[in-house]
Amino acid sequence: MNRLGELERAVMEVLWERGAPATARDVSRALRARDLAYTTVMTVLDRLTKKGFVQRERMGRAWSYVPAASREAYIARLMLDALELTGDRDAALVRFARSVSNPEAEVLRDALAQLEASRRSAKGGSGRA
Amino acid sequence: MNGAGMVFAWHFVAVAAISMLVVWPLARARWPWRAPGTGILLWQALGLSWGLSVIGTALAIGLAPYHVGVLPGLARLGADLTAGRLPAQIDLLRLAAVAAGLGLAARLLGVLAASVVDVVGARKRHRRLLALVAHDDPDAPGALVLDHPAAAAWCVPGIRAQIVVSAGALRLLDRSQLAALLSHEQAHAREHHDLVVLPFVALRRALPGIGLVGDAVAAVSLLVEMCADDWALRQHTARPLAAALLRFGSEGSLAPPRGALGAAEEVTSRVLRLTGPRRRLPVPVRALVVAAAAVLVATPVSLFALPS
Repeated sequence: MNRLGELERAVMEVLWERGAPATARDVSRALRARDLAYTTVMTVLDRLTKKGFVQRERMGRAWSYVPAASREAYIARLMLDALELTGDRDAALVRFARSVSNPEAEVLRDALAQLEASRRSAKGGSGRA
Repeated sequence: MNGAGMVFAWHFVAVAAISMLVVWPLARARWPWRAPGTGILLWQALGLSWGLSVIGTALAIGLAPYHVGVLPGLARLGADLTAGRLPAQIDLLRLAAVAAGLGLAARLLGVLAASVVDVVGARKRHRRLLALVAHDDPDAPGALVLDHPAAAAWCVPGIRAQIVVSAGALRLLDRSQLAALLSHEQAHAREHHDLVVLPFVALRRALPGIGLVGDAVAAVSLLVEMCADDWALRQHTARPLAAALLRFGSEGSLAPPRGALGAAEEVTSRVLRLTGPRRRLPVPVRALVVAAAAVLVATPVSLFALPS
């Protein structure tokens, strides 16, 4: 990941952690271990706002920032993309295996049990040999 | 009347009919599984040949009075239209046929372009979110891990493709199964399988509700998976890959997805193919299929270019 991407992530983590509106000053204080220039933090917050990950509002003389959605919401959205639950099959991602409805899953569970039973017996067989 | 021009139209009709008649049996045939790469090539040839010949039919009917091939005919029509003098035989019906042919061509290309734009946008959004919430993990080298209990593994295709697995997938699979899965996903990334599937998905979008197109999408998607399975078999044995597939499939999903009927069938056919005896399609048969694919595409292409 490039440096800016990594900073965006770090800033988002601060905002998620905090759970309350934060100013750029608050964020740069939380990231002081990284020794960032205040303007860098401002730039990153600005980028995140433009991308729609962060919302800001005026608080006195400074802007205060909150995450537009929780970390869990983003993870869920990615999983929905991945499990094709968002709509019909598109070509945006290539999945390992299509997700399966429950009656179908039963069939697969049986096949898995059989495969694992056959592996155990194969191992047992070679063990005795 | 204009015999030579109409002969072109009939040739196009014949090619279009053949390519459509082949879809149903080919979508249900098992032999492509024994040479998935060759099978994909045949599907691509069918799709291209069908599109060209349907467009060609309309254009050939419209341009028949010129007694030349489709492309020379289009050039003549363009010249006549700009000069403002149309031959008497080019009546309104002929012009309508030409317009229908060009319209269909524009629609197919337009939908393809729109699909590309959508897919690129969806991937960009997906990557942005991944950059914020996914992380590296020593257990899954070369992949990003997403902290979610459901099992999923996927590839975000592109110039720098990204493989992602969920924490649920890591928990579900043992080390050798995970390695086989990652190598399957790397095959998708390396061989740009997304580009194979995209035109078929776009065709389905252009012609919604036509069963044959849906059949083609399903068949091509399955062949692409089988290609990636075969790739993974170069570095791994079949058993961990089959087990990974079964574990994934039997995990069930968050909710029964729309239109996922037959997903179990897909997984089982891949598993049976992996665990059964490996039978490649003999080289002469594969060569024959490639030759057939070449003829399928070459026929409408030559009909476009040939002067009569």
